[in-house]
Amino acid sequence: MYGFLIGVGVLLLFSIIWMVYRIQTLVSVVKGSDKKIASGSNKVNAILFVVFLVGTTILMFWYSIKEFDNYQLPIGSEHGVVTDQLFWITMAVTGIVFLITHVLLFVFPYKYQYKENRKAAFYPDNNKLEVIWTIVPGIVLAGLVISGWMAWSDITKPAPENAHVVEIMGYQFAWEVRYPGKDNVLGDYDYRLITASNSHGVDFSDKNSIDDFPSPKVVIPKGEPVLFKIRARDVLHSVFAPHMRLKMDAVPGMPTRFWFVPTKTTEEMRAELKDPEFEYEIACTEICGRGHFSMKKVIEVVEPEAYQKWLVEQKSFIQQNPALAEGLTPELKELAEIQIRESKK
Amino acid sequence: MATASVAHHDEAAHEHHEHHDNFITKYIFTQDHKMIGKQFLITGMFWAIIGGFLSILFRLQLGFPDMSLEFLRPLLGGWIDEAGKLDPTFYLALVTMHGTIMVFFVLTAGLSGTFSNYLIPLQIGARDMASGFMNMLSYWFFFVSGVIMFISLFIKTGPAGGGWVVYPPLSALEQAIPGSGLGMTLWLIAMTFFIASSLLGGINYITTVINLRTKGMSFSRLPLTIWAFFLTAVIGLLSFPVLFAAALLLVFDRSFGTSFYLSDIYIGGEALPNTGGSPVLYQHLFWFLGHPEVYIVLLPALGITSEVIATNSRKPIFGYKAMIISMLGITILSFIVWAHHMFVSGMNPFLGSIFMFLTLIIAVPSAVKVFNYLTTLWRGNLIFTPGMLFSIGLVSFFISGGLTGIFLGNSAIDIQLHDTYFVVAHFHLVMGSASFFGLMAGVYHWFPKMFGRMMDAKLGYIHFWLTFTGVYLVFFPMHYIGIAGFPRRYYSWTNFEFTNMYTDLNMFVSVAAIITFGAQFIFIFNFFYSMYRGRKATLNPWRSNTLEWTTPLEPGHGNWPGEIPTVYRWPYDYSKPGAAEDFIPQTVPLSATPESNLPHEQELVKLEMEIMKEESEVLVANESKH
Repeated sequence: MYGFLIGVGVLLLFSIIWMVYRIQTLVSVVKGSDKKIASGSNKVNAILFVVFLVGTTILMFWYSIKEFDNYQLPIGSEHGVVTDQLFWITMAVTGIVFLITHVLLFVFPYKYQYKENRKAAFYPDNNKLEVIWTIVPGIVLAGLVISGWMAWSDITKPAPENAHVVEIMGYQFAWEVRYPGKDNVLGDYDYRLITASNSHGVDFSDKNSIDDFPSPKVVIPKGEPVLFKIRARDVLHSVFAPHMRLKMDAVPGMPTRFWFVPTKTTEEMRAELKDPEFEYEIACTEICGRGHFSMKKVIEVVEPEAYQKWLVEQKSFIQQNPALAEGLTPELKELAEIQIRESKK
Repeated sequence: MATASVAHHDEAAHEHHEHHDNFITKYIFTQDHKMIGKQFLITGMFWAIIGGFLSILFRLQLGFPDMSLEFLRPLLGGWIDEAGKLDPTFYLALVTMHGTIMVFFVLTAGLSGTFSNYLIPLQIGARDMASGFMNMLSYWFFFVSGVIMFISLFIKTGPAGGGWVVYPPLSALEQAIPGSGLGMTLWLIAMTFFIASSLLGGINYITTVINLRTKGMSFSRLPLTIWAFFLTAVIGLLSFPVLFAAALLLVFDRSFGTSFYLSDIYIGGEALPNTGGSPVLYQHLFWFLGHPEVYIVLLPALGITSEVIATNSRKPIFGYKAMIISMLGITILSFIVWAHHMFVSGMNPFLGSIFMFLTLIIAVPSAVKVFNYLTTLWRGNLIFTPGMLFSIGLVSFFISGGLTGIFLGNSAIDIQLHDTYFVVAHFHLVMGSASFFGLMAGVYHWFPKMFGRMMDAKLGYIHFWLTFTGVYLVFFPMHYIGIAGFPRRYYSWTNFEFTNMYTDLNMFVSVAAIITFGAQFIFIFNFFYSMYRGRKATLNPWRSNTLEWTTPLEPGHGNWPGEIPTVYRWPYDYSKPGAAEDFIPQTVPLSATPESNLPHEQELVKLEMEIMKEESEVLVANESKH
């Protein structure tokens, strides 16, 4: 049925196009306008450029202002304030250029539309003009690059010593989170150690691994530096936390990192947005297969005291699954057993 | 020396006899550059419809996520699941094939293939390409490539689905996505043929431009179209082999157990033995082509625009030399900006700083080009042929999309915008739509030369305004969606709080896309109808200066029946003060136009006279020998 309807529609469309075409050819032959250099359509096109300019400019400003709060995501990190500022400075600069060039581009066609008794100006070059419009964009761009470069250097410099480490591992199609525990040092891992009960491939023969613990969500303290250590288990993924203005690819075989300072707790953000459901989210931005669009992880930003309290409550891999401690050296086994006993208290 | 020439066109004229081609040598295995150009054009149009149609399919999913797509089952079969929804894996395949087809088959082969082939010999005054046979091979390699890619659309596991960039490990491992099985193998084979086709074409374009220019056609008298095609071919020749290398290593990783790109992978319940490879290596190799590819697609469009705007403004292109210098600048810089696609790929942030500086430098020559176009329009006498409209449209897209490049080239801002719809909006405007408009401008402008008939102008106007408005309505809203952080290549938006909005805007974009796609059929109709029933064209319908308009209405193989005309001036003598007409073709000697010569040209007249005298002596001497 659909097929039939579409067929009829297409047929109808073609016959309309054909009829319009025939009629206007005949009309133009009768009028003799096909002999002229510029027909009456020249004027219509010239006017349409101006109409287009005015119409789209109004539409653009109206929508940009009306929707501002929707597309402008609230900022949850320190460097986010800086990059957003750069974004809006660039927007102002390019916006002005955009408007000026487009006004010229669409007004010239109207102003200089073909007139039989006029001759165009023979104006092949002007070196002074060329130099001006090479140097001026050069200077403006240099300004933008240098401010961008300073921000970029700050963002990508090594994380402070006291940063809270969180490991995020991407796989098809979810994220897993590992914390380093009390020592704030993540234990070694090896992808060959991955099993059903050890999805991270944590190497428990490394002492630092004993107190590592998993978490269903990323919990981080407000106002303190946090270091994401990012890796992938199968294909490329990319950690994207839009409110944190944070993005970094997760690459199998090559750990990456990104550090930042969250500035608002989830609760504060909920109050600010008057949205009790608000959550900071992590999404995947590197195509990774069928479930690419559903790799979600929640970030919960809490006050530093609440964070310390939360840390203590967490159970390490070994506490959750004592079987993981099997086969370790006696020394490490003892460490593991102390932990397991602690958790039973 | 303006009059120096390396072409031995006298001999060529003697060699040239009337060919009596049969159907196969005339239309299929032809070595005539004009027919090969048309072959590229028609094939490109076929692929444009396929590529556009694929985008409509995934726009249906994005704009109308709740709609039942049951009516597509006759076409897509099992890719529509029981609930009438598009399969998410197939969605990715659609996105991948849309990108591959549009970038390579439509905007590289369809644009550069068509116009480099068609225009280079005609505009430089040559009988044909340097090697007609290689030129024929170039088309047929492209054709084979297309056949293989087309077949891959219909296989059971679906075509390649890892995005048009086909990053490994996703593209290397069948376990990761079904499209990485046979579909990806076919993709790689098709691309190998495509690269061979591009190289064969490119070598030909370069040799032809360097060696076969007619008498008087110095580099400083070349139309900007030829400059653009020439530089495009140089870029292609230097960058496509790197893509081939990247693809070859990927083939090794996929089939022969090497680990160029693979390391530390646990997938499908097993740990793979590969270690030591780096997926980032592939990205470097890919973008070493991938970024120049942007200019391979864009430069020919800019060249065509320069020619069309100058002709229809009845004004010389402003800053001819500056245009060439900026194209040269773009050509060189295009090779050293590739890593701006990789700011957050995990590469050393110091490299990010370097590439940010280099990237923003490339904005300068681009800006110069825009200002020159605007100044060319200024105080012109503008005739809005459909070709002219599309050229103005191109400049508009080039500005809009170019400016957003300044955001993305800034690594600090790119952290947030990378791989969001902001990027989608950016490159669809600056590279996709701008180049597409260049292609359209070229078709409308040179159709009378190609087929001896005129396309209908009114239908062209309707086509332009629907497409121009449509493109903006499709891609402009994507900036908002992108600033809001919507990631690319997402099948649906409902899984996340931050993307759970703008359903109305997405629906709007989809509707606009469908209308814009529909409007292209006006063009298709106009094209094929005018080919047979269009008004007969005059010899020089746009009153243009370049050489192709001095050929007969439907030039045969060899282009000019007699001797190849000699060139005496640059191609942009429009509205020269003192001249009777508002154009002086390149074949008119300066000595014939004393009324309009500029002081320095008057100097050249003497030289020109001497050379012409010598010439005629040689001619007389030759005649007496016979």
